[in-house]
Amino acid sequence: MSKLKLATVWLDGCSGCHMSFLDMDERLLALAELVDVVYSPLVDAKKYPDQVDIALVEGAVASVDDEKKIRKIRAHTKLLVAMGDCAVTGNVPSMRNPIGPEAILNRAYVENASAQPQIPCVVVPRLLQVVRPIHEFVKVDVFLPGCPPSADTFHTALTALATGAPLDVSALTRFGA
Amino acid sequence: MSDNVEVKTLVIDGHEVSARRGQTILEVARENNIDIPTLCHLDGLSDVGACRMCLVEIAGSNKLLPSCVATVSEGMQVSTSSERLQKHRRTILELLFAERNHVCSVCVANGHCELQSLGQSQGLTHVRLPYCNPELTVDASHERFTLDHNRCILCTRCVRVCAEVEGAHVWDVMGRGIKSMIISDLHEDWGSSSCTRCGKCVQVCPTGALFDKSKVGAEHPKYPDFLPYLNLMREAR
Repeated sequence: MSKLKLATVWLDGCSGCHMSFLDMDERLLALAELVDVVYSPLVDAKKYPDQVDIALVEGAVASVDDEKKIRKIRAHTKLLVAMGDCAVTGNVPSMRNPIGPEAILNRAYVENASAQPQIPCVVVPRLLQVVRPIHEFVKVDVFLPGCPPSADTFHTALTALATGAPLDVSALTRFGA
Repeated sequence: MSDNVEVKTLVIDGHEVSARRGQTILEVARENNIDIPTLCHLDGLSDVGACRMCLVEIAGSNKLLPSCVATVSEGMQVSTSSERLQKHRRTILELLFAERNHVCSVCVANGHCELQSLGQSQGLTHVRLPYCNPELTVDASHERFTLDHNRCILCTRCVRVCAEVEGAHVWDVMGRGIKSMIISDLHEDWGSSSCTRCGKCVQVCPTGALFDKSKVGAEHPKYPDFLPYLNLMREAR
C-alpha cells in the first residue's frame, strides 16, 4: 500500500500546534510508515501539491493571504483537519475582533513606534476585518481543538485517520486543552 | 386523586424510580444516579431554568421541560438523553460560546470551567455559528475580585447567591436579551458598590467571569459545594 500524503499548514497561529506535533517524538517514526509529509513549514516544499490526502491546518484565517491559502488547500485535499484552537475557534488571534485591525495596527506601528512610525502596506498581506475559524470559509472534515492539542492527541487522531479507525475527538481533547 | 399522594412513581430513562411530591425531575434523577447536565442550577440556590441545558422529554408531550424546575407527577415517563436532547444541548452551548468572547486557552478558568467541560462532555468540537465578537468591559475596580463580561453566560448564579445566601443583593441583571449584563448595585463599579466582599459569587461562577485577583493564572479552581452545607447549618440553628 502506498503511503498517504500528509500536509501541514501554518496560518494565523503561534506554531505551537506544530511544536506539539513534533512532541510525538519517536512515534513520528511509526507515523512515517503510514504517511509522507509532502508540504509543511517543517519540510522544503514551496508549492502545495495537487493531491493531498490529509492536511492539518494550524491557525485562524486573519488575512487575505490566509483566505487564499485555505481555499486552495481545500481544493487539493481529501481530508482537511482543523488543528488546534486557532483553526477551530479563532482563539487568541480573534481577540482583536472587537477592536478591529486599524486600531491594533495603529497601536503597534504608530503609537508605540519610536522610529519611522508607519503601518506596513507592501509585501505583507492585508488583514481581514475579523479573524475567523477556517470552517467559516471552507468545509472542515475533522476538528481537533486544544491549545495546542497534546502529542498524545495527535498520535491517536492521526493513527486513526491514517488507518480509518473510529475517532472520538471529545474523548481526547477540548477547547483550551 | 393521585395528586394527593405523597409518593410518586415515575420512569426515568427506563428506570422505575420513586419521588416525593414536589420534587423536581432533576433532583430525583440525580438521587438515582442519572446524570442530567446543568449550568445555571446549583445545589443550594433557587432554580430559574435559565440555561435550558437540563431539558428533558416527557412521553405524550411535545414540549421539552427544564428538569430543574419541572416537578414529578405520577406515572410520568422521562427521557433525559435522546438524540434530540443532545442536539439541543450542543446548540445551547454553541450559542453561549458564540455570544461572547470565550477564549479558553487564555482564560483564568481554563481547566476549571463548567462551560468548557460541558462542551467536552456533550461532544462539542466546534461552533457552527459565527462568533459575535462583542466589545465588552472588565470591571477590576474591586480590591479582591474581577468581573470579566467577556466570559459571562448570564446564568445568574452570582445574583442568586448574593441575594439568597449572603443577603446583600449587590448583583442584578440589566437590559434585555443579548444586551443583558450583570451589574453591581444600580450599575456602579463593583469596587464602590455595597459588596460585602464575601466572595461567594466568585465561588459559584461556572466560568472565568468572576475571579479572585490573587489567583490569576490557569489554576483557579472554584468550590461551590460549600452552599448546601451552609444552608444545612442555618436550618439547624
